[in-house]
Amino acid sequence: MPFLTGLYAFLFYFAALVLVSGLTYKVVQYSRTPAPLRIPTTPAPTTSSGVVLRMTREVVLFESLFRANKWTWIFGWLFHFGLFLVTLRHLRYFLNPVPAVIEFIQPFGIYAGFAMVVGLVGLWARRFLVDRVRYISSPGDHLMLALLLLIAASGLLMSFLLHTDIVSVKTFFLGLYHFDLRPLPADPVLLLHIALVAVLMIIFPYSKLLHAPGLFFSPTRNQVDDSRERRLVAPWASRFERP
Amino acid sequence: MAKATFEVPVLSQYPDVPAVTPGTMAGSAPFLSKPEFQAPLGFPGELVENWQERAIEKMGELLTRYRSLRVYMDACVKCGACTDKCHYFLGTKDPKNMPVGRQDLMRKVYRRYFTLAGRLFPNLVGAQDLTREVLDEWYSYFHQCSQCRRCSVFCPYGIDTAEISMAAREIMDCIGVGQKYCNEIIAKVYRVGNNLGLPGPALVDTLEGLEEDVFDETGVRVRYPIDEVGAEILMVTPSADFFAEPHVDGLIGYGKVFHEAGVSWTFSSYASEAANFGMFIGSYENMHRLSQRIREEAIRLKVKRIVFGECGHAWRVGYSFLNTLAGPWDFLDPRYPVPQHICEFTHDLILQGRLKFDKTQNDDKVLTFHDSCNVARASRMGDTPGGQFEIPRAIIRATCNHFYDMDEETIRDRTFCCGGGGGLLTDDLIELRVKGAKPRMEALNNVMQEKGVTHMAAICAICKSQFTKVLPFYGMEMDQIVSLHQLVSNAIVLTPGADDGDEDDDDDGATDSALTPGDEDDDAAD
Ligand code: SF4
Ligand code: SF4
Repeated sequence: MPFLTGLYAFLFYFAALVLVSGLTYKVVQYSRTPAPLRIPTTPAPTTSSGVVLRMTREVVLFESLFRANKWTWIFGWLFHFGLFLVTLRHLRYFLNPVPAVIEFIQPFGIYAGFAMVVGLVGLWARRFLVDRVRYISSPGDHLMLALLLLIAASGLLMSFLLHTDIVSVKTFFLGLYHFDLRPLPADPVLLLHIALVAVLMIIFPYSKLLHAPGLFFSPTRNQVDDSRERRLVAPWASRFERP
Repeated sequence: MAKATFEVPVLSQYPDVPAVTPGTMAGSAPFLSKPEFQAPLGFPGELVENWQERAIEKMGELLTRYRSLRVYMDACVKCGACTDKCHYFLGTKDPKNMPVGRQDLMRKVYRRYFTLAGRLFPNLVGAQDLTREVLDEWYSYFHQCSQCRRCSVFCPYGIDTAEISMAAREIMDCIGVGQKYCNEIIAKVYRVGNNLGLPGPALVDTLEGLEEDVFDETGVRVRYPIDEVGAEILMVTPSADFFAEPHVDGLIGYGKVFHEAGVSWTFSSYASEAANFGMFIGSYENMHRLSQRIREEAIRLKVKRIVFGECGHAWRVGYSFLNTLAGPWDFLDPRYPVPQHICEFTHDLILQGRLKFDKTQNDDKVLTFHDSCNVARASRMGDTPGGQFEIPRAIIRATCNHFYDMDEETIRDRTFCCGGGGGLLTDDLIELRVKGAKPRMEALNNVMQEKGVTHMAAICAICKSQFTKVLPFYGMEMDQIVSLHQLVSNAIVLTPGADDGDEDDDDDGATDSALTPGDEDDDAAD
């Protein structure tokens, strides 16, 4: 038992470290890389507040995807929105006291798990059923879906069938904050569930999950259409300037 | 119908997405650039010895230079939303012409050399060494992208395959694998001043001829000046406008608009090219050198404003990059944006009520409008987003009685490429050009059947040249494509100058000029 607890404690410290440092590295890298020329996909907003609105529509509603393909949009949005609610719901295992909003969200969060599963199954089905999507899928894409689906399924299993001792789970995670290792229930579904979450955290900064921070740095979406009014010269391009 | 050595796609009424058929266009590649066209651009003449190492190094450099490339290499989730959006895929069925398929040609190399996962588990994430086969694939398929950005509209992360194609072409140029058509043209601009290699005296001749033609036809002296120091406006236009059909009809229209506006203006024989093929090959440095010519001429000719003619990618470079590449433009009249598009100029005059049109002059045509990609998705006109869609249409409505748009899914920011943009307008790629035009031809054909459309107007020299060539393959007539300012030119009612009457007396064509424009209009109206 202490071995398992120790192992999982180590796993989560490691996963958190990789996630935070890896993402920080990537975000710093993206923001330090110059965007020497204005390349927004037009029609684009001509003000910064317009850009904030455009980005918000992309992040919340998946506007471009909606225009592109309704099936992908439905499944993709279901999955992401479900994931969002489920993540919010899980905050209760990591926060003490639990904020009122998080309390309020609990029942929705449980059903959001089903939305996640439906979304993931739909997205995965497309990888087999649509020949174009089958063509572009690599083993990594299937593995990623399998990973997410297993996480969602094991989570739902615990919510509805094989309940686990969530009080101990919470104690374990809260203990991690103070390097105070508390025992984790040796419940196979739980152990599988959180191990897979740790794997997800570890691969995040090295995989296509980078689309999450990437969206915010995408020049075609986040640039203001003001090239006739504002002159930009990237540092590396300044050597082309006239003396 | 034009003769083809390949199968011309059959047009259908409803858009259909073809089944993926790998390899259909593997054999399509443009001619290689010869050393004499590579050198003036600053590229090695032929494939360098340590090309693989140099290519990876260049890729690393570009990844630190362009945020777009860096983010786009990472962000794709293979959702497939872009797979049916590229006209080249729709026309050729080749999955490497799906935007994501094309990006992956570079992404697999990126993963191999620049990511941990690709170094450790290449097969799992589809990473691959940069081999000779991969390089050949790059050469084929990155020259099957017209950099039209249609894919970027639909990708949930705005991934722009045009940026990736540009980067790939720059990498290939830097190891000595250049594309003949683009590089030869850029070299020609450096040597002679324009894409077509027309020397100054030829331009002067052409413009004098045009002045006479317009005078004979209208009885009004419309000027087509070149190299006039002190003119208010420098007009920069694609060199095709100087002589080819239907381009030149548009150029005639520009002159008439300036005549009615009563402004002084001039072409330049040194900056006699608005096109900037530096963009097609992704080369910032060449794009910069080409742009500088316009600055030098603006200074030498002491102009106050710069106006661009009808050219799609020239307008993108002008609108989006000129300020950065050749600015600041603080020596010009600050009341006007730099540069302005001729459509903005004409549209302003229309709004002020300063142009008179006789729309019946275009009554032999029923029109539709082709939004050119670089105008539609990479630039703007006027001061509200989407002005690039509204302004040309407003001009058509002001000059023509019969106008119908094509299907909504195929216009504005969803417009389909003509199939010849991005430096692919060369005969060695004719199969690609014909097949890539299929979605646009379908939309045109539908509106011809349903609304009786006879002509399609465009504001891009490449679109016009491409359609002229490609329409016959689909059983249509090459002159169904017209310049937007050709419509303006047909309908505009010119104001005779003070000296127009005097010159008539000693002109041989006195009988012609006795017919005043007013009389002609009345006849036509009857
Ligand atoms: S930029 Fe245009 S031509 Fe290139 S992949 Fe995208 S849609 Fe196709
Ligand atoms: S739409 Fe964007 S994220 Fe989706 S497959 Fe295409 S490039 Fe990748």
